[in-house]
Amino acid sequence: MIRNKLLWKNNQQQYGLLGKFLHWLSALAVLTLFASGYWMVELDYSSQWYQTAPHWHESIGILLIAVTLFRLFWRGIAGSPAAITSHSLVEKKASATMIVFLYFVLFSVLISGFLISSANEQAIAVFDWFKVTPVVLAIKNQEDITGLVHYYAAYAIIIFALLHAVAALKHHFIDKDNTLKRMTKL
Amino acid sequence: MKKILLASALLTSSVLMPVVAADYVIDTKGAHASINFQASHLGYSVLAGRFNEFSGNFSYDKDNIAASKVTVTIDTSSFDSNHAKRDKHVRSDDFLDVSKYAQATFVSNKVEDKGNGKLTITGDFTMHGVSKPLIIDAVKIGEGSDPWGGYRAGFSGTATIAMADFGFKKDFGKVDLILHIEGIRQ
Repeated sequence: MIRNKLLWKNNQQQYGLLGKFLHWLSALAVLTLFASGYWMVELDYSSQWYQTAPHWHESIGILLIAVTLFRLFWRGIAGSPAAITSHSLVEKKASATMIVFLYFVLFSVLISGFLISSANEQAIAVFDWFKVTPVVLAIKNQEDITGLVHYYAAYAIIIFALLHAVAALKHHFIDKDNTLKRMTKL
Repeated sequence: MKKILLASALLTSSVLMPVVAADYVIDTKGAHASINFQASHLGYSVLAGRFNEFSGNFSYDKDNIAASKVTVTIDTSSFDSNHAKRDKHVRSDDFLDVSKYAQATFVSNKVEDKGNGKLTITGDFTMHGVSKPLIIDAVKIGEGSDPWGGYRAGFSGTATIAMADFGFKKDFGKVDLILHIEGIRQ
């Protein structure tokens, strides 16, 4: 029973199974979304992907909004591991700030993307499983303004994720501490 | 006394002066004018849309049609085909590039009377930084007093442009313009 709890929930030493799963699922989704977005905007009109790629991109994005909301909710319930004692004060502050930044940029890119799709003022189909009500803002050419935010936020999340990954690898290979293992160890 | 003098002066001048074409402002405020387009979709059907924002004026006298002139300025960012993502794409640098070319203009340089209310308006159409001659086949719908103390004249016209002429990155062939213009005499 206790072991079960330890596995699922976060504890002082490491993230729980669910936390790890949500983290790596998000990482995979973000990379997939960035790569597909980068590729699909240049598709030729006659490409067989011209309609399906944006449809899937939007569907994954909307699902990731739900996953991320649940992830924050779970983080609130399950708590997060204590800072590693061997980290310097600067590292502790930097990692805590980076987490806030990553969530902020993640929501920026996800919500701006949702608002681009919303600009059609039609329900947005998620993989034809269900439809989401669009949110229409009282601004002219919503798709252009949110499109700009989406573009820059997408590059920002990749840059922040890269820094985040480099920092984790630095702790793992140079400092040889537990930082990365807290998120990988099964 | 002054009023009578003024009135007689006006009367005399209108009798003695040659006929001057009256100036009209296109009634965009009341949306009694529209700039619509139609393009082929895959050769299977017709896609329609419009520019929502533009302004212009014309001078017209039914007794001296050759002296007529018309000038229209279109806000290119107001492109609207009732599909936000298509509109965003058309406003991008693949087509209109509205952040660089915010306006499209038409300035007439010749108006010919073809009889039966038909007119041929020749002028320069500037879009995407490229000026091309444009010929509008127009027809006068009518003119006369409106119920609110004003005087109006209205025309319809059609013209055809080729996307290739305007240096867009993408080319979907010819576009038909369907114009409805109502002016309020100044």
